Amino acid sequence: MIPRIEKRKKINLQQEQQLSSRHLLGIKGLQRSDLELILTTASNFKEIINRPIKKVPSLRDVTVANMFFENSTRTRLSFELAEKRLSADIINFSASGSSVSKGETLIDTANNILAMKVDIIVMRHSSTGAAVFLAGQLKNYPSSAHAQIINAGDGTHEHPTQALLDAFSIKEKLGSLEGKKVVIVGDIMHSRVALSNIFSLQMLGAEVMVCGPTTLIPKHVQSLGIKVEHNLRKALEWCDVANMLRIQLERQSLKYFPSLREYSMQYGLDKKLLDSVSKKIVIMHPGPINRGVEITSDVADSEHSIILDQVENGVAVRMAILYLLAGKS
Amino acid sequence: MENKVLLDSELLNITINRLCYQLIENHHSFDYTVIIGVQPRGIYLSQRIHERLIEITQNKNIHHGILDITFYRDDFRRRDELPVASATDVNFVIEDKNVILIDDVLYTGRTIRAALDAILAFGRPRNVELLVLIDRKFSRELPVQADYVGTSVDAITSQKVKVKWKEHDGIDEVLLIQTKEK
Repeated sequence: MIPRIEKRKKINLQQEQQLSSRHLLGIKGLQRSDLELILTTASNFKEIINRPIKKVPSLRDVTVANMFFENSTRTRLSFELAEKRLSADIINFSASGSSVSKGETLIDTANNILAMKVDIIVMRHSSTGAAVFLAGQLKNYPSSAHAQIINAGDGTHEHPTQALLDAFSIKEKLGSLEGKKVVIVGDIMHSRVALSNIFSLQMLGAEVMVCGPTTLIPKHVQSLGIKVEHNLRKALEWCDVANMLRIQLERQSLKYFPSLREYSMQYGLDKKLLDSVSKKIVIMHPGPINRGVEITSDVADSEHSIILDQVENGVAVRMAILYLLAGKS
Repeated sequence: MENKVLLDSELLNITINRLCYQLIENHHSFDYTVIIGVQPRGIYLSQRIHERLIEITQNKNIHHGILDITFYRDDFRRRDELPVASATDVNFVIEDKNVILIDDVLYTGRTIRAALDAILAFGRPRNVELLVLIDRKFSRELPVQADYVGTSVDAITSQKVKVKWKEHDGIDEVLLIQTKEK
């Protein structure tokens, strides 16, 4: 091997910046500069997914395991597509059809997958705090300590990638988040999307209100620094953006309202209500939509709605997150 | 050691002029030719050249794009910090066109290798030529060469070539700067 005559120092002409954390477990663990870096990087990736060839080679040497212990359409496909666009290798794990049915624990499942030289785990789990738990446990195993974890939704805790794509979509539609008024409507109590959104919107300078029946809004939610409203019309008159949440029938065991019909009458958004509000509002929904319950078809498919833009932006935002996390190792 | 001025404002503009005439010599009407500046600093040169070409040929329809190569770099996950990507704007068709890639300084050649990969994401060009303002002759790490060169410089690794533009830095000039050895 020919020795170098002079040791070359890398002279870099580009601005450099990194995320403050090596996992993405929740919005709570991030700083404002992290959110802004993710949103800026996501706009670069949005341009890439609109090119003829939508692939970049950055994550060529990275293997990602998508561990979904809970059902998902959007998040799972969005992550898979984001990983493929970054040229990463992917393995998909879903709880049904795996040894979880034989009683294998979460830690064992993760360790076994990581022993196969997987670098990043994207996990959705029905237990609140599962991602934080796993991140803490993996440090104790030498073959798994290198792993990075992205929380794709854990129980009723957080869904950070959803909050980030929501923030990106609002910024894209309205120019910025500073001073914007966002109301989150629906089952706040059981919603990880609501909690992550509350954290991220506030961090980025927006004002947040939650709206829903008293039975679905946690008792001390004002301590997060947000407004509470029980009248949907008043909430819509106040806001610039309305994020409609789905009624989670699979997660609730008690009945929090007399019937779905009564819920829609009070808290469902239809065209008549939307048209009667004096200003133009941006309508969002994380999906899947219960058409006719929290939102009617004519609103979901209207020009006010950015629901499908949210889905497109989801791929770009997840690409940004994967890129920035992988670059941190 | 002092900073040395490689090209002052007058010489810089004469060089850009000459490069434009070289391009016109080879590409004539620019009907099948497009110009792409490489981010982050090649875009100032490519914008200047684009403007000058329009002035000389009186053809306003010369396509000009800007290309960011951050995601095509070969040193991802090998550095302490992560480079921040800039914008890409290539709103015309590359397929079967002659592409002129423009960057301010050609040093190791790795940026241009990444740029070639990035261009392929937009289609298959007929050919690609490279135009640089400064060619740091003996520092290549990959087999890359420029087709149009402003001026060549033989600089050691502790020196840095800095290109300044009136629009961005207040003055047109090219400096050879002595940096502190790590």
